Amino acid sequence: MIEEGKPLFVQIAEQVGDSIVDGSIAEEAQAPSTNELAAFYRINPATAAKGVNMLVDKGVLYKRRGIGMFVAAGARDLLLRERRNDFALRYVQPLLAEARRIGLEPDDVVSLIRAGAEPATP
Amino acid sequence: MDSVIEVRNLTKRYKDVLALDDVGFDIRKDTIYGFLGRNGAGKTTAMSILTAQNLPSSGQVRVFGEDPYENARVLSRMCFVRESQKYPDDATSRHALASARLFFPRWDQELADDLVEEFQLPLKRTIKKLSRGQLSAVGVIIGLASRAEITFFDEPYLGLDAVARQIFYDRLLTDYAEHPRTVVLSSHLIDEVSNLIERVLVIDGGRIIMDESTEDARALATNVVGDAATVERALHGREVIHRESLGRVASVTFLGRLDAAERDALASAGIDLAPVSLQQLIVRLTQQRTPGRDAFAAAAQEGSLR
Repeated sequence: MIEEGKPLFVQIAEQVGDSIVDGSIAEEAQAPSTNELAAFYRINPATAAKGVNMLVDKGVLYKRRGIGMFVAAGARDLLLRERRNDFALRYVQPLLAEARRIGLEPDDVVSLIRAGAEPATP
Repeated sequence: MDSVIEVRNLTKRYKDVLALDDVGFDIRKDTIYGFLGRNGAGKTTAMSILTAQNLPSSGQVRVFGEDPYENARVLSRMCFVRESQKYPDDATSRHALASARLFFPRWDQELADDLVEEFQLPLKRTIKKLSRGQLSAVGVIIGLASRAEITFFDEPYLGLDAVARQIFYDRLLTDYAEHPRTVVLSSHLIDEVSNLIERVLVIDGGRIIMDESTEDARALATNVVGDAATVERALHGREVIHRESLGRVASVTFLGRLDAAERDALASAGIDLAPVSLQQLIVRLTQQRTPGRDAFAAAAQEGSLR
């Protein structure tokens, strides 16, 4: 679940972001606490807190004094927009780089994607 | 930043061996430290001096702003779990836990009972007859249940299997989250503890060679793999800490980061970039010094003090 090469707190922010994007934590619902995240991912609580603060700075989470962290209204749209913007860089560019390496044209890649998106025939 | 320990110009000399060589560092309040280094690097010597179980040859140590030596006020707020703690011959595990309970003002008996059950520690057996793992469990239980404001764990896992070590790490994290305190964890299993520690202190040959946040330490080095000539050209002038090659492919680890433009240039030249784990980084940094006779002598000294 945790990989080298990307700061841990960024990974924690992404994991919480995943739960908001896929709807498992609804807007205005309570987000996991720093200590819960630390125990679940087996990481230092200060690292978990940094990931949570990153989401607060982005406006994805907000703090209710004495109660905890909650998902902001509009958080899901905000994360979706951000991830769609990053999609080309994170997924399409590496895909095209590997295609070039093994001699596939962009058109070949497009047909592979089309074929892959079709429902599997039993 | 609040410091609970301040070390200045600390030197420890055993006859002709310099175990600590003019060392200075601070330990921050409520932070989990990884205290890392090879055998004989000076870890146990440093922890012994900080807990007043050994005297420095020269230099200053302040714990909670005071000299810890023969200072009961300071010592009751510190717990040192030694790799090989000695107990009286007829003492049982129950005796060891009972005396710890008397000594540490913040002792939590409920937590101790819980841990005894989880580690399946036989309370009535004499400590002499415990297995190596059970002996380590006694230390771990005392270290956690004492809830001391500063706790030193000196390689606390000897003889503990992977399951028991995981219990230790999980309990340390959850208890630390509820009761923040300073923990100094000396360990050779760097990969296992790297996500638990907030700061890294690395000692090598009696000197502190790294004092960083774990996150910054992880970003200190980069590894590149690809055509040897291209790699060498790209890294010209960089501080290389490790180099290996397989045919025409070279894998080179260097200190420093690459900016976005440099990354793109390397990627289009077919060079792969890989992160360097904390364990790899520390192995690379501490293997450069070939342990000569001095280091072995220091290790032997450290051992005889236990």
